[in-house]
Amino acid sequence: MTKLFLVSAPVVAEKAEPGQFVMLRLRAQGERIPLTIADFDREAGTVTILVQEIGLTSRLLGALEEGDEILDLVGPLGLPAELPTAGHVVCVGGGFGVAPILPKAKLLHRRGVAVTSIIGARTADLVIFDRELEAVSNRLLVATNDGSRGRRGIVTDCLRDLLEAGEQIDEVVAIGPMVMMRAVAEATRPYGIKTLVSMNPIMVDGTGMCGACRMTVGGEVKFACVDGPIFDGHQVDFEEAIRRSQAYRAEEELATKHEEAKQCR
Amino acid sequence: MPVKRERTPMPVQDGERRVGNFGEVALGYLDGDVRAEAVRCLQCKTPYCEEGCPVGVPIKEFIKHLQQDDVRGAIGAIKRTNSLPAVCGRVCPQEDQCEKVCIMGKRFQPVAIGRLERFAADWERAQGFPQAAAPPPNGKKVAVVGGGPAGLTAAGQLAGKGYAVTVFEALHEPGGVLSYGIPEFRLPKTIVRWEIQQLKNLGVEIRTNVVVGKSPTLDELKAGYDAVFLGTGAGLPVFMGIPGENLIGVYSANEFLTRINLMGAASFPEVDTPVRIGTRVAVVGAGNTAMDAVRTARRVGAKEAHIVYRRSEAEMTARAEEYEHAKEEGVRFMFLTNPVRFLGDDTGRLRAVECQRMALGEPDHSGRRRPVPIAGSEFELPVDSVIMALGTSPNPLLLKGTKGLSATVRGGIRTDETGATSLPGIWAGGDAVSGAATVILAMGAGKKAAAAIDRLLSGEES
Ligand SMILES: Cc1cc2nc3c(=O)[nH]c(=O)nc-3n(C[C@H](O)[C@H](O)[C@H](O)COP(=O)(O)OP(=O)(O)OC[C@H]3O[C@@H](n4cnc5c(N)ncnc54)[C@H](O)[C@@H]3O)c2cc1C
Ligand SMILES: Cc1cc2nc3c(=O)[nH]c(=O)nc-3n(C[C@H](O)[C@H](O)[C@H](O)COP(=O)(O)OP(=O)(O)OC[C@H]3O[C@@H](n4cnc5c(N)ncnc54)[C@H](O)[C@@H]3O)c2cc1C
Ligand code: SF4
Ligand code: SF4
Ligand code: FES
Repeated sequence: MTKLFLVSAPVVAEKAEPGQFVMLRLRAQGERIPLTIADFDREAGTVTILVQEIGLTSRLLGALEEGDEILDLVGPLGLPAELPTAGHVVCVGGGFGVAPILPKAKLLHRRGVAVTSIIGARTADLVIFDRELEAVSNRLLVATNDGSRGRRGIVTDCLRDLLEAGEQIDEVVAIGPMVMMRAVAEATRPYGIKTLVSMNPIMVDGTGMCGACRMTVGGEVKFACVDGPIFDGHQVDFEEAIRRSQAYRAEEELATKHEEAKQCR
Repeated sequence: MPVKRERTPMPVQDGERRVGNFGEVALGYLDGDVRAEAVRCLQCKTPYCEEGCPVGVPIKEFIKHLQQDDVRGAIGAIKRTNSLPAVCGRVCPQEDQCEKVCIMGKRFQPVAIGRLERFAADWERAQGFPQAAAPPPNGKKVAVVGGGPAGLTAAGQLAGKGYAVTVFEALHEPGGVLSYGIPEFRLPKTIVRWEIQQLKNLGVEIRTNVVVGKSPTLDELKAGYDAVFLGTGAGLPVFMGIPGENLIGVYSANEFLTRINLMGAASFPEVDTPVRIGTRVAVVGAGNTAMDAVRTARRVGAKEAHIVYRRSEAEMTARAEEYEHAKEEGVRFMFLTNPVRFLGDDTGRLRAVECQRMALGEPDHSGRRRPVPIAGSEFELPVDSVIMALGTSPNPLLLKGTKGLSATVRGGIRTDETGATSLPGIWAGGDAVSGAATVILAMGAGKKAAAAIDRLLSGEES
């Protein structure tokens, strides 16, 4: 399940820019996890985060109710996205990436850039943020695995359609699971279209102190939390990044099981 | 009375047993030990020991109190210049500082100043004395960036003079390296928390989860305070840049130690943050951080734990005590050995380190003999994980984000003698200025800057 939270965090909201993220921790024994700032409202002092419940911490977050407090929240971290000021940009969002693509589309739209947004979900009922994205895009394309809405397939299929149709595209921005971002980068590579991806490696501190988030970009080692998280998708070593994100597979499963056992006791 | 030549040993946990726990290794003096050790001090007319202490602890005076069984008097004297004696008594490299120049050390063994200092501080904590309450406010505000020893010392000094001090710390817990780096078995976290509570009692406000430079910026902070002190440390881990360094199983010491000390990963799955190092571990480097990493690794399941160091035993920078403790704990030392690449399996996990033997050549700029590789000496060391403990450098975040803040050639913040930076109203000190150094030097820098800030704000200087 994917859940959305509006978090009161005036310090973060004041400086947040599209592309940046927060680190949060929910309980004394909790893990620090990074989440993209999907949207922000400086006046109200709030940021929007969207979490896909995939493991222990994301599920604990998902279980919070309106009015609950988050123990620790720090941000905005990472560098803001450097987005173009003219031309035609395709924004691709998959999974939890649908939310963070929104502030980028918004900003581009405000700058007068032509925006095509592509989002995907398993089935029509699970499509989120379509209306919000539609409002800031010249065109919204939807892909569903079962074909219940828009094109049958995945977001890269929609993108490939555009590329094959020879559409003029100046830049592509993709956010979502790493396999999806790699597929997008591979799709645009032959066309030489600049492709920005927002990397989501395992992080510990998020302030450049541990190196857990390091990855190879253009042959150089970069720390995603301070040098990124947005990088040139054609330069990222995705194979390495995907492997590194699996480092704690076994422990992640164990953590979830342990928590469930505790809840039953 | 004849002088006692040998110093009084400190009880320690047995080497075999202690690798099974995170309890403190050095157990501290008992009352009888203190008396025996204190009388060894000659109460020199010129106490050279005090010149060896970067914060000028009145060593002769505090030991005199201990000689008279007056522990309260001793701690009072220590605290006049050192606000974290329980920490310094444990982690100061005394053999290079106060004890190095103690006159007793010329012919016999130096007085165990650190152990005595630790005793006095632990005694005070055990008494649970209510500490000095907050003095009347003087109406001025100071911001401290970074909650490590430099920042905490500056905060304490200024709060004691009536300044309203706010400490901004990026992590969810203050303490800096004391919290995330130095392990529990050398510095129990209850001590660090207790010291921080003392600061709060003095009226210091600590705001965690704030990265200055991101939100707020340094300029904004400056606008809201009469002065700012930067104690942001040197937290950026150094890697070697050799092939395979991004394999799963290669950690920086900072990551490994942070997972365990700050996040509690040794108790996974009772806590949510895991750490996995397997049973065969190699730690690259031979400083204090390397010793902490390798000894921690022993405590979280490493059956085989190696130190891989390209120079020889004589050039090691770790404290002698840590080296001894590591050996007692079964750590194996491979000197004159350097990793050349890391080898992985087909899932991208580390399986071995390829190392090369070295020989000592001519002295380099640091005066230490330069290690040179021996051709054809490569061999494979099978390991499950490697921890890189090659040092750290100052995090460039603040320097990059602040116009007009000058840097040193080595990436630190540039300051003058008093800690003043190139920007008016902003001071800095500790590892952020010097690069990775020691707790007591960071504290000394925090104190000096606090004094300079006070001189300026109280109008002594204009
Ligand atoms: C810059 C950045 C932005 C992100 N934005 C979002 C977002 O907006 N919404 C969202 O749902 N997810 C986002 N993620 C991913 C999110 O952080 C992970 O899904 C989350 O940490 C999983 O934690 P868990 O305990 O629920 O799952 P676990 O069971 O612990 O892990 C499941 C998977 O999540 C990843 N992961 C685990 N721990 C971490 C960690 N500490 N840091 C990063 N990844 C980890 C691993 O790849 C792992 O295989 C982002 C990640 C990064 C780095
Ligand atoms: C593993 C290890 C073992 C050591 N052992 C010893 C020892 O035995 N004896 C000894 O004397 N020394 C030892 N040292 C060195 C000693 O710990 C340091 O020299 C000392 O902690 C430096 O203090 P500091 O206050 O300058 O910085 P730090 O302790 O590094 O603290 C800096 C703090 O600032 C925070 N920060 C950074 N940037 C920002 C920002 N932009 N906004 C807000 N907060 C920020 C950081 O999160 C951190 O908490 C060791 C170091 C390590 C890593
Ligand atoms: S603070 Fe450190 S150097 Fe100074 S007297 Fe104490 S142990 Fe020695
Ligand atoms: S130099 Fe040694 S013997 Fe002399 S006063 Fe200092 S501690 Fe005592
Ligand atoms: S998460 Fe620790 S350096 Fe990036």
